[in-house]
Amino acid sequence: MPVLAGLAAACVFLVVGCLSSSIFAQQTVAGLAQGVIFSSLALSLVLIYRATEVINFAQGEMAMATTYVAYQLTLWGVTYWLAFFLTLGIAFVLGVVVQLAVIRPIQHSVIAVVIVTIGLFILIDGVVSWIWGADLKFMPAPFGKTTYHVGAVTVARQDIGTLIVSILSVFLLWMLFKFTRLGLAMRAAALRPASAALVGIRVNWMLAIGWGLAAVLGAVAGLMTEPAQFVLQPTMMQAILLYAFAAAVLGGLESPAGAVVGGLALGVFLNLVGQYVGFATSELRLPIAFAVLLGVLLLKPTGIFGHKKVRRV
Amino acid sequence: MAALLELRNVSARYGPVRALHGVSLSVEEGQIVAVLGANGAGKTTTLRAVSGTVRRDGELRFAGKALGGSGPETVARLGIAHVPEGRGTFAELTVWENLRLGAINRRGKLDDDFARVLDYFPWLEDRKHQQAGTLSGGEQQMLALARAFMQRPRLLLLDEPSLGLAPILVTEIFRIIKELNEHEGLTVLVVEQNAHIALQLAQVAYVLEVGRVALSGPSAELQEHESVRRSYLGY
Repeated sequence: MPVLAGLAAACVFLVVGCLSSSIFAQQTVAGLAQGVIFSSLALSLVLIYRATEVINFAQGEMAMATTYVAYQLTLWGVTYWLAFFLTLGIAFVLGVVVQLAVIRPIQHSVIAVVIVTIGLFILIDGVVSWIWGADLKFMPAPFGKTTYHVGAVTVARQDIGTLIVSILSVFLLWMLFKFTRLGLAMRAAALRPASAALVGIRVNWMLAIGWGLAAVLGAVAGLMTEPAQFVLQPTMMQAILLYAFAAAVLGGLESPAGAVVGGLALGVFLNLVGQYVGFATSELRLPIAFAVLLGVLLLKPTGIFGHKKVRRV
Repeated sequence: MAALLELRNVSARYGPVRALHGVSLSVEEGQIVAVLGANGAGKTTTLRAVSGTVRRDGELRFAGKALGGSGPETVARLGIAHVPEGRGTFAELTVWENLRLGAINRRGKLDDDFARVLDYFPWLEDRKHQQAGTLSGGEQQMLALARAFMQRPRLLLLDEPSLGLAPILVTEIFRIIKELNEHEGLTVLVVEQNAHIALQLAQVAYVLEVGRVALSGPSAELQEHESVRRSYLGY
């Protein structure tokens, strides 16, 4: 309950701030657009954490690689949105293949999986640089450069588009998990693999599909990051992965809702601090993010939405 | 007539530890068969050997088909529902989702299945949106039975349904098992420490001792058997 009260208070603060200052409103919207990217990537980390109990350190690089795939498709003359959806399909296959080929054989050992994901990070980074080169690439902007004016507030169409696409993909994923047979089977397999097998669920397949869906969500984050940074480069997701870690831990690591809220909160907070706190230059963004994380964890070690694990003995 | 389930000389091991040393038993269609024995006699392992949740050797046939190396997912799809120790409840999911999981491999409407389950467990209707982990032990045992029933199994494997429950709940649960057997023709292989109630329920029983079948026969005969009376019935 105090958590919900705190969130409600934060929302009231933001609304009042937005109504009283147009700069505040502008920074809030831009912060939400950045934060929703953290949310998407954080949510893909949480999906895998819930199913496999490890952090996939390669999640950001997988997102980056799939963004390069989209870039290649547009080079071949595919329109942006067709490339977008093709890329999501390719990302799904990539996620499934990674789980089947390199994670499944060693999944009994958590530490081995962690090390393999770090290896994948380096491998994907190398392969992308080898294929496309490490120099900057440019892609057509999906939302154009239009800005809207609401009163004295200027809002970029880019930010609105990012918010809509990301929130829509999170919403669709939530629908899948909540209302479909496949979603229920996946949740059961992640929560209680032994019991799931006894009702006839193919647990290993469910885990592979989970990795596929996480990769799709990561691809959405990558595709939305590219227009925000205006360029494509192999390092594009590395800082974002760190913010996504912070967002996921902030939210409670096992909580999908927590990851989404954590990402949005982090995005808005960093933007407002950057605007109103004099010494907080862009070099300090990452340290500030982790200072917030540390503070939250000191107050509430399980994160905003986390539950204490109760083990019966 | 061939038995629905036939185990011949089945052994099983947990790593280097052998838990079953050549168990043979058979379950006819429509029967309730009980497996009795002390702790560590291999009762649970016998069920796990059938459902494929332990490494096993020997001959296992279900409805004429060899179970061979089939894992739990495949065995479940053949029509064997296993309610394990600890009941296999998905504590984090709702009561309704738990029931839905019983029929997870069937497409389409399940209204008839839900209605049939509610015939036996009417209270589930009011509790369907509740988290299954918040149910009492007896309710969770009934939910596990209901979930297994949603699987439309040809054979139900029950591991210690009386474990940790108050006597009145044990009676209630065994009454429902009997009803499912009589009205739905459900075949049951039940493992039980409470020999008294198990022998009342089952037509046939097997007594395991250290991973082997020590005794077997119709329940009525075993009830009269000297050593069963002394070791398991306590009089």
